[in-house]
Amino acid sequence: MNLRRVALSREYAALAVLVVLVLLNSLFTPHFATVSNLWNILLQLAPVLIVALGMTFVIATGGVDLSVGSVMAIGAAIAAVLMERGVVIAVGAALVGAALIGVLNGSMIASLRVQPIVVTLATLIGGRGLAQIISNNGELMTVSNAAFLEIGRGSFAAVPVPVLLALVATALAMFALRAMTIGRYVLAAGGNARAARLSGVPVRRTLVTVYAASAFLAAVAGLIMAARLGASDAAKIGQNMELDAIAAVVVGGTALSGGRATVAGTVVGALLMQVIATSLNMLLVPYAWSLAIKAVIILVAVFLQRPARA
Amino acid sequence: MKFLRHNGAFVALVVVCIVGVARYESFLTVENLSNILRQNSMLGVVALGMTFVILGGGIDLSVGALVAVAGVAAAMLAPHNALLGVLGGILVASLLGVINGLLITKARIQPFITTLAMLIAARAAALAVTHEQSVNISGDGLGWLGRGIAPVVLLLILYAGGWTVLRHTRFGRYVYAVGNDEDVARLMGLRTDRIVIGTYALSGGLAGVAGVMLAARLGAGLPVAATGWELDAIASVVVGGTLLTGGEGGVWRTLVGVLLLGVIFNLFNLDGTISPWWQWVLRGSFLLVVVVVQSHIRPATLPS
Repeated sequence: MNLRRVALSREYAALAVLVVLVLLNSLFTPHFATVSNLWNILLQLAPVLIVALGMTFVIATGGVDLSVGSVMAIGAAIAAVLMERGVVIAVGAALVGAALIGVLNGSMIASLRVQPIVVTLATLIGGRGLAQIISNNGELMTVSNAAFLEIGRGSFAAVPVPVLLALVATALAMFALRAMTIGRYVLAAGGNARAARLSGVPVRRTLVTVYAASAFLAAVAGLIMAARLGASDAAKIGQNMELDAIAAVVVGGTALSGGRATVAGTVVGALLMQVIATSLNMLLVPYAWSLAIKAVIILVAVFLQRPARA
Repeated sequence: MKFLRHNGAFVALVVVCIVGVARYESFLTVENLSNILRQNSMLGVVALGMTFVILGGGIDLSVGALVAVAGVAAAMLAPHNALLGVLGGILVASLLGVINGLLITKARIQPFITTLAMLIAARAAALAVTHEQSVNISGDGLGWLGRGIAPVVLLLILYAGGWTVLRHTRFGRYVYAVGNDEDVARLMGLRTDRIVIGTYALSGGLAGVAGVMLAARLGAGLPVAATGWELDAIASVVVGGTLLTGGEGGVWRTLVGVLLLGVIFNLFNLDGTISPWWQWVLRGSFLLVVVVVQSHIRPATLPS
């Protein structure tokens, strides 16, 4: 019970910081507490959060997925190239193609026992090249299909579609972690892979599923970005996204060592990073300084949540 | 098999060179070979520092940003005095490396997160100090450092030094001990914190050397220089055969890894028909293949 309370209070720590920041900003940052700005924050947040949800599961297995940014670019490129065949085929192919990269990541990690950081580093490098090749060798591909653009610009019952997608993804992730077998398997595999295997957990299948899900979600984020831009830019889409996603996850309280995960924490972590970025932007703090503040916040959050020394 | 196990990357380098000699007339020329060495000298210096960190069981994602910080610092100080520029650049990067080490050992924040934050913060500092502009080095006090034979000689001297430190000093042995099992090393009475801080200081300092070399070569300190070098350095170390889990590997392997990736890149260029995008795909695939092969010829040393 005691441990549980400590874990809960840590989760609330990030939330408390978020609440304080929002309150301070509402008081001192002009135009912060306006409806349009809040929607703006949520819109900016959506792709990062969607990627960070997949990353939460990957990190819970004790791994890391550096390839998400490149996979975003691949998803956007596939969709842009196939757009003339119809939006359903284009989007479907983008999601399936990206998930296959995730399956590749997961299989190499699970079956060949290569470290996640090396495998996904290789797919980060190779994937960015692949995205450029798919885009007719590095072209900026504009997309004008109205239905596709809705993914990034449309809204449904006053809620922007990207925010809606992020909400659905969050709900699914929470459900998967708490109520589905895969959630148990992920935590078991991340806590102690050998013990999990010996007690009958299909560790390999779990890892492949998790990396495939991470890539799938990255592709969703890539499609949102492409729809918002009205173009697939294979060089730019998703660049450094892996760092933002990892930051959101660890600030939210999921341990890099694996075996623990909190989807709600990731949502809080992503929100926290976005509120900071937006408010610094509104206060006209130079970009470089807002980067530095971001770095400090990551360190402080991880420092506060570190486990006690054994 | 045992020979392959320890020299896989070297065999691959020889094979790739034979392919180069057979297919491209211009491969085996003094000009081309010295070009390969010069172009890879700065990455090689960064990868040398990364080798120490990885041998000690850590990882340093901040090296690319530290290269930029050192280059900017050197460019800003060089007008006063060329030597001051060189030393200042190296010192600043070393200090940031020490901060990495302190955060990892004293604040117990994982190396991955610490150096990720340092990557962001150091890049931010470089951008803020320069107002996102490159800093030109007036005069030519530093130029020699980046041109001609100097970068190659410096590279070889630093690797010889790195090898001596690893093989013939107490610090070197302790790095292996900490990388193998930090708890055991601590129980044996080693001051593991100091050793870990030492590896990050070394990595920072060598990134600083590379930053000064790069600034000298370009004639300017660029706040956006060396973006992504951390990934290239890690790839070189891993391809060379140093295990990411720490405790096994060495500096010459890293040099072989750097040269292997460099020669492959050179062959792509000599060929001229392979688009840069395909080069990325091939680099990624190559990294995967090498690591998979390594994990299969030495299964005993990988965690199950």
